[in-house]
Amino acid sequence: MRDPQAPIQRRGLTAIDGSMALIVLLLLVQMYLLSATLEAYLSGHHDAALPGAILSGLIFAASAALYVFVERLDREARKG
Amino acid sequence: MPWFRRPSNEPLWQDEFSVYTADERYVNRRQFTKFLTLTSLAMFAGQVWILVKSWLYRAPEFPRQVVARAGEIPVGGVKLFRYPVAEEQCIMVRTAEDRYVAYSQKCTHLSCAVYFSQENNRLECPCHEGYFSITDGTVLQGPPTRPLPAVILERRGDELVAVGMQTRRES
Repeated sequence: MRDPQAPIQRRGLTAIDGSMALIVLLLLVQMYLLSATLEAYLSGHHDAALPGAILSGLIFAASAALYVFVERLDREARKG
Repeated sequence: MPWFRRPSNEPLWQDEFSVYTADERYVNRRQFTKFLTLTSLAMFAGQVWILVKSWLYRAPEFPRQVVARAGEIPVGGVKLFRYPVAEEQCIMVRTAEDRYVAYSQKCTHLSCAVYFSQENNRLECPCHEGYFSITDGTVLQGPPTRPLPAVILERRGDELVAVGMQTRRES
């Protein structure tokens, strides 16, 4: 007999996979940001450090929020 | 097969060994996402470190140091010297009769020692084929992204004196 919860579980898994892909994208951006800021610092341009740190913090906050989202969804998907 | 053991085709050690490699290697979604988030945190920490270093940065004081005497090296010749500290190797090149240039010898890619190529009239890095202009130290080719720091030279009569370094330059 088909489990009536199965479509919900599948949607949850899709959302988790999408969130993980988004986190990977954010990481790539953050990686580029770090290398660009380091390059600017080594060239003697210290004014790029503060905006770089702020942006990186925002990206980390977004990654952390997505992690919390994934954890909640994963827990619900396993429960269901 | 001993009487205390269930029938099995696996060797005894495999039955009794409680660690299953496949299970140990399995990473669930939560663990993987946690790992990614921690990586993001590490990169943010790196950014903060750069910020703190930039706040604590103080422009260095450069000593005045006699590098060479005019005419000491021929046109196209080089002289190595250390400036502003003993750990910093520099290279001076006489590019014309009355023109001397000097740069840090540390390649801005991965710090290999650059040398002057008379044939190509440029500074070359042997490690990854990065080339720098002899005129102003800018990158001509290769993986380096920043120009070579230039040593500021002054002519005092017969002496060539290093008085500073250009650390902030556009590439």
